[in-house]
Amino acid sequence: MAIEVRIPTILRTYTDGAKQVEGSGSTLGELITDLEKRHGGLQDRLIDNGNLRRFVNVYLNDEDVRFLAGLETPVKDGDTVTVLPAVAGGAVTG
Amino acid sequence: MLTIPRELYDQIVAHARADHPDEACGVLAGPAGSDHPARFIAMTNAERSPTFYRFDSAEQFRVWQQMDDNDEEPVVIYHSHTATQAYPSRTDVTYASEPNAHYVLVSTRDEDETEFRSFRIAGGEVSEEPVTVVE
Repeated sequence: MAIEVRIPTILRTYTDGAKQVEGSGSTLGELITDLEKRHGGLQDRLIDNGNLRRFVNVYLNDEDVRFLAGLETPVKDGDTVTVLPAVAGGAVTG
Repeated sequence: MLTIPRELYDQIVAHARADHPDEACGVLAGPAGSDHPARFIAMTNAERSPTFYRFDSAEQFRVWQQMDDNDEEPVVIYHSHTATQAYPSRTDVTYASEPNAHYVLVSTRDEDETEFRSFRIAGGEVSEEPVTVVE
């Protein structure tokens, strides 16, 4: 058993095109560190200055981890983590 | 080129008009790999702002999951500009995250006439494409 991680199209360059990868760890942060070992570059697309990037949504099962404990959110074997880039924009410049 | 059924085109324009002066946003889903938009999904603008939009994250999760279950993908991602032209802003380019999608921009700045344009946004580059509406 492991933790299943679903990768969006835009980040599949880091997973050799794979839609789904597996990893381990006891928190989301540890899981991402583990993924980085096999999928170099992924961590930097998810984390900035020790926090989840603002325009990346990460869900544990079906819950946005921002409403849980962010990178400290406990994860366990059998969980599914889904990464989705936020869909955002607008007329404001900056 | 974006080919879009009249009904979906009209639904986008109606949504943009209804939410004016806030920005409206949503998705047209279609069978994966088909490049044919087939299903209209209005999304909540979590920002409820006249100058910014962001899909509500819980709603986005449900809609993306549903598309995955149906073997669909977001063929079109649309949003409105309510005081400026229907052209991707720097913000739009920065956050564009679906390299295979058509990005539709609608401007409701004119009360009577709605601008409706489509773009590809990938790797920081914007290219406009023609829009063909089919009856």
